[in-house]
Amino acid sequence: MEYSNLRRQTIFMKKNLFDQGYLDEQFNQLEELQDESSPNFVEEVAALFFKDSSRLLTNIEQAIDKYPQDFYRLDSLMHQLKGSGSSIGALRMKNECSVFKANCNDRNLEGCRRSLQKMKREHATLKQKLESYFQLLRQVGPSEYAVSSRK
Amino acid sequence: MAVAIETPFHVLAVDDSLPDRKLIERLLKTSSFQVTTVDSGSKALEFLGLHAHEDSPISVQADQQEAAVNLIITDYCMPGMTGYDLLKKIKESSCLRDIPVVIMSSENIPSRINRCLEEGADEFFLKPVRLSDMSKLKPHILKSRCKEQYQQEQHLQSNSESSNSSNPTNENSSNPTNENSSSTCSNSHKRKANDDEVLPHATRPKHN
Repeated sequence: MEYSNLRRQTIFMKKNLFDQGYLDEQFNQLEELQDESSPNFVEEVAALFFKDSSRLLTNIEQAIDKYPQDFYRLDSLMHQLKGSGSSIGALRMKNECSVFKANCNDRNLEGCRRSLQKMKREHATLKQKLESYFQLLRQVGPSEYAVSSRK
Repeated sequence: MAVAIETPFHVLAVDDSLPDRKLIERLLKTSSFQVTTVDSGSKALEFLGLHAHEDSPISVQADQQEAAVNLIITDYCMPGMTGYDLLKKIKESSCLRDIPVVIMSSENIPSRINRCLEEGADEFFLKPVRLSDMSKLKPHILKSRCKEQYQQEQHLQSNSESSNSSNPTNENSSNPTNENSSSTCSNSHKRKANDDEVLPHATRPKHN
């Protein structure tokens, strides 16, 4: 049946995201907050996160190219990214933030640059994967969301 | 007999991060709170009826009763005014100091937590905040209201003792127990009373 096949796909997709470390338990917390009164909550929060994180990444990139580098500012920007990343359960991104901050602490500019590039890749990948996930969920339909969100 | 209609408690949430604001709003609404979110400490103070640099409230308007806030929950790390700075301002204000304040932070730093608690924060949440954290809020609100009721009853008692017979104390008047005689505190943290509502802490003048 097409419908249950779609449902299976969403469950499988989500499991993958968790197994590969893209998402952590916080994402489940978000799904639990979604209901009839706020049926698109998770997608909305994710959209806000990606808007916010894109802006932060741009700011970090600009700051990293300035000379002399303001490691304090870089750390502060990445700290913001880490915070909002952890709020949506973006595990890989969150971990990369910690790597970047450690590099800031060591005033290791090259390390920061490498970490930033990695962060941008993680960001793009997560965005694409979540977009696919949400798209699939929409096909499954809202009434089934509560079921598929339970592990 | 008037029926008590339960108006929800009103929480003011302060966070500079947009996704975090959305999350805390949802957590609070799911837990049956009425929510206002602002993105900075100075906007929070404005909403509470206080200028950032003064202690005296801005002019009390009738519609300010709508803004009655029962609890403030704020992020710690914010540009400009931090959550700690905001906490201090609230505790320094005679009008606002009894409103319970909860601090949120993504960093588990004991010295930071202690500093906030010492300054008068009622609770400290580690981010990301979860639904289970929401159940910790209501006890703080109820505790502050009990304290308020006790203070009002004490005041009423001392008033009637000094034979001040006509001193109707209602929700909307300034609380004479405050030190600042020029203060026009709107008791902004009290809930607005509907016509038929009997609030547990409503004080009635004691007539002999």
